[in-house]
Amino acid sequence: MLKGLRTAALAAAAIVCVCMLCLPDGALAQKKYDTGVSDTEIKIGNIMPYSGPASAYGVIGKTEQAYFDKVNAEGGVNGRKIKFLSYDDGYSPPKAVEQARKLVEDDGVLLIFNPLGTPSNSAIEKYMNGQKVPQLFVATGASKWSEPKQFPWTMGWQPSYEVEAHIYAKYLLKQKPDAKIGVLYQNDDFGKDYLKGLKDGLGAKASMITAEESYETAEPSIDSHVVKLKSAGVDVFISITTPKFAAQAIKKLAEIDWHPLHIVSNVSASVGGVMKPAGFENSQGILSAAYAKDGADPQWDNDPGMKLFYAFLDRYFPDGDRLDASVVYGYGVAQTLVKVLQMCGDDLTRDNVMKQAESLKDFEPDTLLPGIKINTSPTDFAPIKQLQMMRFKGEKWDLFGDIISGGMSN
Amino acid sequence: MELFTNQILAGISTGAIYACMALAVVMIYQAIDHLNFAQGEMAMFSTFISWQMMQWGFPYWIAFILTLAFSFAGGILIERILFKPLAKAPILTNVAGFIALYSIINSCAGLIWDFTIKQYPTPFGSSPFLGSQLISTHQAGMIGITLLMLAGLFFFFRYTRMGLAMRAAASLPESARLVGINTSWMIALGWGMAAAIGSVAGMMIAPVVFLEPNMMLGVLIYGFAAAVLGGLTSPFGAVVGGFLVGIFENLVGTYIPGVGNELKLPIALALIITVLVVKPAGLFGRPIVKRV
Amino acid sequence: MSAAEEVVTEGHAVEAVPKRAMTLGTGTSLVVLAVLLLVPLVVKNFVIFQMTMLLIYGLAVLALNILTGGSGQFSLGQSAFYAIGAYTSAILMEQYNVNYALTLPVAGIICFAAGFLFGQPALRLSGVYLALATFALATAMPQLLKLGYFEKWTGGVQGLVVTKPDAPFGLSMSQDMWLYYFTLLITIAIYLFSVNLLRSRSGRAFMAIRDNEIAASAMGVDVALYKTLAFGVSAGITGVAGGLGAIAVQFVAPDSYTITLAISLFLGMVVGGVGWLPGSFIGSAFIIFVPNIAESVSKGLSGAVFGVLLFLVIFLIPHGARQVAILCQQLAARLRR
Repeated sequence: MLKGLRTAALAAAAIVCVCMLCLPDGALAQKKYDTGVSDTEIKIGNIMPYSGPASAYGVIGKTEQAYFDKVNAEGGVNGRKIKFLSYDDGYSPPKAVEQARKLVEDDGVLLIFNPLGTPSNSAIEKYMNGQKVPQLFVATGASKWSEPKQFPWTMGWQPSYEVEAHIYAKYLLKQKPDAKIGVLYQNDDFGKDYLKGLKDGLGAKASMITAEESYETAEPSIDSHVVKLKSAGVDVFISITTPKFAAQAIKKLAEIDWHPLHIVSNVSASVGGVMKPAGFENSQGILSAAYAKDGADPQWDNDPGMKLFYAFLDRYFPDGDRLDASVVYGYGVAQTLVKVLQMCGDDLTRDNVMKQAESLKDFEPDTLLPGIKINTSPTDFAPIKQLQMMRFKGEKWDLFGDIISGGMSN
Repeated sequence: MELFTNQILAGISTGAIYACMALAVVMIYQAIDHLNFAQGEMAMFSTFISWQMMQWGFPYWIAFILTLAFSFAGGILIERILFKPLAKAPILTNVAGFIALYSIINSCAGLIWDFTIKQYPTPFGSSPFLGSQLISTHQAGMIGITLLMLAGLFFFFRYTRMGLAMRAAASLPESARLVGINTSWMIALGWGMAAAIGSVAGMMIAPVVFLEPNMMLGVLIYGFAAAVLGGLTSPFGAVVGGFLVGIFENLVGTYIPGVGNELKLPIALALIITVLVVKPAGLFGRPIVKRV
Repeated sequence: MSAAEEVVTEGHAVEAVPKRAMTLGTGTSLVVLAVLLLVPLVVKNFVIFQMTMLLIYGLAVLALNILTGGSGQFSLGQSAFYAIGAYTSAILMEQYNVNYALTLPVAGIICFAAGFLFGQPALRLSGVYLALATFALATAMPQLLKLGYFEKWTGGVQGLVVTKPDAPFGLSMSQDMWLYYFTLLITIAIYLFSVNLLRSRSGRAFMAIRDNEIAASAMGVDVALYKTLAFGVSAGITGVAGGLGAIAVQFVAPDSYTITLAISLFLGMVVGGVGWLPGSFIGSAFIIFVPNIAESVSKGLSGAVFGVLLFLVIFLIPHGARQVAILCQQLAARLRR
C-alpha cells in the first residue's frame, strides 16, 4: 500500500515536471519581480509639468491616473493594482532629475512611464539607463528616443516630429514642386527637430524653403512674424507651433487676407483646442497629419474604440475635456502600457518589461486612427511611425490619402 | 518700404497691448511705489470672470462693466486681506508676496478653466481698419480704449482730490498722513483701480492672444518694460513706451541681420536699458532727487 | 523680534543688518557642520543628492544675499550667472575634457567678469529699474544659450549631457556621496570667504552703500567700484554654484535656467532672511522642499498651495528665518538667566 502510494506520488511529480517543460515559459514559471512589484501591486512612476509654462500638458498625467483607476476597478493587471505615482517637475530639467531619483530610489517604482518634455527626458535619460530602469513611452516627439543600442532602457511612443515633417515634405514635392515655403517655428527642440525633418525630407530641394521665422514662447503675439513671411512672398505656410500660436497664426492670416497653402503640425491639429478658438471660417483648407482620432470629430461618434473612450471619460474622468487632444493622447499611451504589463504576465522584471515593450505586434489602442498600428522590435523603439494626411473642412478634419510611414528609408 | 510700413503698423498694434498693460503697471506704481508681479495674473483672472459671464449669456458690455466692478472690489480685498498685514514688512518680503499671489491665481485659474485656449469676443469686430489689413478694427478699438483710460487717469491724478491724495500717499506717506490723508485706504483704492485697469487690459488683449491662464506671462514683461521706458510716474509715458517697445521689437526682428529674429526680445530690452542708463527716470518720468 | 523691527526704516529697500548678526555663533556652526558631515553616511543616495542640491542652491542664494543684503542692490537675474557657470563647466568637461574640479574656478572667474561688466550699466540704475534690468538679463539668457552661433559648444536647444565624476584616490564611496562632500568642501570655503569678506574693509563699504549711498560716498567710499565689485563677487559665487549644479544634475539646457530659477533664488533669500548668510541654506531648503510638499497636498492646485505656504511664512516671519534665529537667541538668553 505504502509502495503504491509512493509510486503514485512519483508518477504525479513526473507528470508535473513534464507539463512544466511543455508549457511555454512564463506561464507557469516562478513569479519574478523587480522593485515596485508585489502580488497585489505594480508601482509606476511618472513626471509631468503640472505647474509652470507647460502646465497645459498636466492633463495627460490626470488622464493616465484616471485610466489606471479604470483598470484597477476592473480588476487590475493580472490581479495586480497599478499604483501611479506622478510628480511635478514644472518643465525644469533639474527638478525632473530630482523627481526621477525620488521615484527610483525612494519610492522604488518598477519603471517611469511617459515623462513629458524633451529637456526633462534628456536630463534623466543617462540616469535611467545607468540604473537600468525603463523610461517607457516618453511624451516627446524628438527623434532621439529610438536609439536602442545606446539607450536600451528608453523608448518613445508618438511619431517623431521628423517623421511627420517627412510626410509633409513628400506631399509638397509631389503636389507643389515649385512651392516657395515659409516656415514659422518655435525656437526650441520641437521647432528645430521639425525644421530639420522638413529639410531632410525635401532633400536636394531644401532650397524650396525661402523664409524661416522663429518665435519664443514668451512672445505675446506672433503677428510680426506672419507679416514678415507674407512680405517674403511665400505661397506655402508651415506652422510648427504650439496650440496658442497656431491659433493666433490662423486668425492673423485671415485678418491680413493672406491665403497660402497652410500646414499645421500635428501638435496643434486639435479641433477643440485650435481650430474652434481660431474660428472655423478661418481654418478651412488647412492641412495636417494625424495618428489619433480627434475627440471633437463627430465622424468617430459610432467608432467602437472611441465609444470606449467616451464611456471612460463619463465614468472615470468627468473633468476630462474630450476636445482636448492631450486627453486622447493620455488614454492611448496608458492603454499601451497596460498592454505591455499584461504581456509580462508574472515576470514583472525590468528586463522583461523592456523585452515585452519591444515585441509589440500590430497593437491598436482605441484612440488611434483605423489602420495605424503599434509595432516594435529590439531594433525599433519607435512604436508609432504612421500618419495620415488630413484637410480641415467644415468643422472637422477630412482624412485623405493612404496611411503613410515616414520611415527614413523611402 | 512696404515691409517697413507693415512692420511699423504691426508694431503699433502689438504696442497697443503693451501700452494697455503698462497703464495698469503705472497705476499700481503710483499707489504702492512698487511693481506688482501678480498684476498680469489678476488681469487674466478678471478676463476669465468676464468670459464666464458671457458663457452664462450676459451681453458683452454688461459683462464688461460687472467685471470692472468685480476687479475693483477684488483688488481692494486682496490688499486688505493679504498686503495690509505686510505693510510694515520689508519691501522684498512684499515682492515675495506678489510672487505667492501670482502662483495662487495662476494655479486656481488653471484648475477652474483648464489650460486650453479660449476664444474671446471683441466688441469692435476684426475687419480691416481704414483699409489697412494690418490694423483691425479691434486693434483700433483697443488703442482708442487705451487712450480713453489714459485721459481718464490723467484727469484723475491731476484734478481730483482723490487722485492728488493718492499720489501724495504713495510718494510721501508721512507728510500725507500729516495733512489728513488716510494713506492706508489710498493704497487699497490704488489696488482696486489697478485691478480694474488691468481687467480692461486683459479683456482687450484676450481677443488677440487668446484666453488661457498663461496668457499674461509674456505681456507682463513687455508691460513692465514699456512702463519703465516711459517713466513709471507718467501714464502718458507708459502708453508711448508701449508703442515704442512694440515698434522697436519689430524693427529689430526685421532689420538686424542674423540674430535679430532670434534675439528680438533681448535686443529690445538692451535698448531699453540703454535708454534708462542715459535717462534713469524713463523718457517722461520725473527725475528723482536723492537726499541724505 | 523687536531687534529686527527697530532697524526697519522707511526708504530703504533693504534693512540694515549689523554685520555681527550676519552669521552663526561658533557652537551652532560646529553642530551644523557635524550634521552636514555625518548625515550622508546613514541616508539613501537620493537624499544625499537632495542635500547636494540644497548646498548648491544655498550657495546661489548666499551670492544673492551678498549682493542684496550686503550692498543693497536687488537682482532678479541670478539665473543668468548660474547658467553661465553651468555651461562653462559643462562645455569644459564635455568638449575639452577638463577635470571637473578645475572647471569650477574657471566658471567663477568668467562669471565674476560677467557680473562686474553687468554692474557697470547697473550702476546708474536702482530699485525697480535695476530689477527690470536684471530681469531682462534673466529672460535673455536662455535665448542666448540656444543661439545658432554658439550651438557647437552649447548643444543648442538640446543641451549637453555631463558625466558625473567618480570618487578619486580609489575611495569606496558612491558618486553621489563623493560629489556631496566635494560640494560641502567648496560650500564651506565660500561661506568662510563670504563671512570674512563682509567683515573686511570691502564688506563695510558694501554695507555703507546699502545703508546710505550718498553718505557712503561722502565718507570716501568709491561707490562705483564697490557696487560693481559686489555684483562681480555675487556673480562669481553664483557661477561656481551653477558649475556644481551642472555636475550634480548631469545635464545643462536652456530650459533649466529660466526666470523661474531667478525667482526661486530670490524667494530663498527672502525666506532665509535678507542679509543673514546662514539663512541662505534655510531658504534653499524652502525652494527645494516646499514645492514637493505643495504637490503632495494637491496636484492640480500645487501652485496655489505653494503660494499659500509662502504667504504663511512671510506673514509669520516677515524677516525670514533670521527672525526665528533671533527669537531663539533671546529665548536661550532668558533661559540662562
